[in-house]
Amino acid sequence: MLSEQNLKKLDGLKKYYKTSQALVLPALWMAQQEQGFISEEAMKHVSQLLNVPYGHILGVVTFYTMFHSKPIGKHHIEVCTNVSCMLRGSGRIVEHLEQRLGIKMGETSKDKKWTLSETECMGSCGTAPMVAVGEEYYENLTPEQVDKILAELEGK
Amino acid sequence: MEKYILPEIRDLQKIDVYEAHGGYSALRKALQMKPEAVTDEVKKSGLRGRGGACFPTGLKWTFMPKHTTMKKYLCVNGDESEPGTFKDRQIFEFNPHLMIEGTLIAAYAMGVSVSYIYVRGEYAKWIKMIEQALHDAYAKGYVGQKILGSEFSTEVLVHKGAGAYICGEESALMNSIEGGRGYPRFRPPFPAQFGLWGCPTTINNVETISNVPLIINNGWEWYSRIGAAKHPGPILVGVSGHVNKPGVYEMPTGVPLLDIIHKYAGGVPENKAIKAVIPGGSSTMVLRGEQLEGVCMDAESLRAAGSSVGTAGLIVMDEDTDLIKVLTRIAQFYYHESCGQCTPCREGTVWLWKVLKRFEDGDGKVEDIDLLMDVANNIEGNTICALGDAAAWPVQSMIRLFRDEFEKRVKAPESKRAEAVAV
Repeated sequence: MLSEQNLKKLDGLKKYYKTSQALVLPALWMAQQEQGFISEEAMKHVSQLLNVPYGHILGVVTFYTMFHSKPIGKHHIEVCTNVSCMLRGSGRIVEHLEQRLGIKMGETSKDKKWTLSETECMGSCGTAPMVAVGEEYYENLTPEQVDKILAELEGK
Repeated sequence: MEKYILPEIRDLQKIDVYEAHGGYSALRKALQMKPEAVTDEVKKSGLRGRGGACFPTGLKWTFMPKHTTMKKYLCVNGDESEPGTFKDRQIFEFNPHLMIEGTLIAAYAMGVSVSYIYVRGEYAKWIKMIEQALHDAYAKGYVGQKILGSEFSTEVLVHKGAGAYICGEESALMNSIEGGRGYPRFRPPFPAQFGLWGCPTTINNVETISNVPLIINNGWEWYSRIGAAKHPGPILVGVSGHVNKPGVYEMPTGVPLLDIIHKYAGGVPENKAIKAVIPGGSSTMVLRGEQLEGVCMDAESLRAAGSSVGTAGLIVMDEDTDLIKVLTRIAQFYYHESCGQCTPCREGTVWLWKVLKRFEDGDGKVEDIDLLMDVANNIEGNTICALGDAAAWPVQSMIRLFRDEFEKRVKAPESKRAEAVAV
């Protein structure tokens, strides 16, 4: 399931950890990066690969917010609504995004292009409000800038 | 004050620039010293942890057993998820080698064979920056086998989290590195006795470890004279919320909070009054605007004021802030982030949030104020880790200081509403 390249990378990590179970998070990250989410097959694969019970893998996947056990939209837009962002207008950003994308927080658009989620503090308190799209941070946002970001993503 | 953690030097994240400004000289110096002498220097400097607990760093290092056949480990805590905190991110971006150098010195002092820099998964972009810096440090022989021709060998690598606030708690962090759910562990045994895979382990915050090269280079006496006597050194203060210039500011400890807000962060927009501040991230007790006079950013001063330094993430709220809304959002955070192991926290955080939501929606009752207090009091001190306390403190302090705000939001009783309609 995991690509040759990732399997090699995982093998190289082994010497730094005392048990193979420690490679669960790195392996799950690789699976998610390859497929966009972590399927049941991927979990079974990681379970066999690392000799860790499937139940443990499932427990890990469901514990961490960033692991997705179901497919999500192509662009995952996460809006921080925690205190520092809230005080600087994240509410307006949420409203604007919901209106523009026609979906509510926590939903995925019918064409599977967009997923919108509320997220906890992302460490952008000094550049609030913010959204994260995948690994990218967009900060000091206004609704106008949100439009620009959406237009940019639309083309991708 | 001169800046030491985040000096204004262009491209300092590049290893050549870092070396040109004296980088890795502290590591060279430390390798000439006995490991115990390095620990002693850190102990005498008075450095206290910057991750929230303000525990003396040198003392923590002495807990590691000296004579053991087991491997020893160091975890550098870069999980940084406390709402209002965004300081470690600056170190990753602008001075990663300082953190790596500090990690290496700590590893030498404690005889550590592998160090893990645990960084939250959301910081994917910053993880790449750290990995680049580590790669360069390996290439130059600062990390790995027989470092700089000495007999000392150690490995350093980045371990990526996957979105869990609780993994910033040291024992949960270790469980996460071991490949499990981020469940905090009972203590004792403490990590220095039974840490990663049952081996001696120390966990230090990113900013804490980044202070170590300064101490080795300049000596403990120099360091101990910076800032507040009992909590010395430079500190990164993140200011957010209602200020004109939010951001991370490096300063000596002990700067008055009002100076931080007005001189560093440019004051409150439209010169509004300050209703409340959270001094050190959302887990610390809230303070009223009127009580800020004379309160400083150091452990002793903030404790005397009824709060704590935490992660020095100062959140400022002006006079028009809806504190119920703020507190409801904070409660929602702890509800979401509770790991679910301990009943008081798992059940209590959801009730705090639900009852507060009632207030926010205008459906709160007078008895709910005491109910909130009761729930918070029953979480505090009754859980394995400090997340329970962190969920309780904002609620307790907010009700203690702003009870009037809650009373104002109480749903008008039926009779009163009928009266209003009749009028």
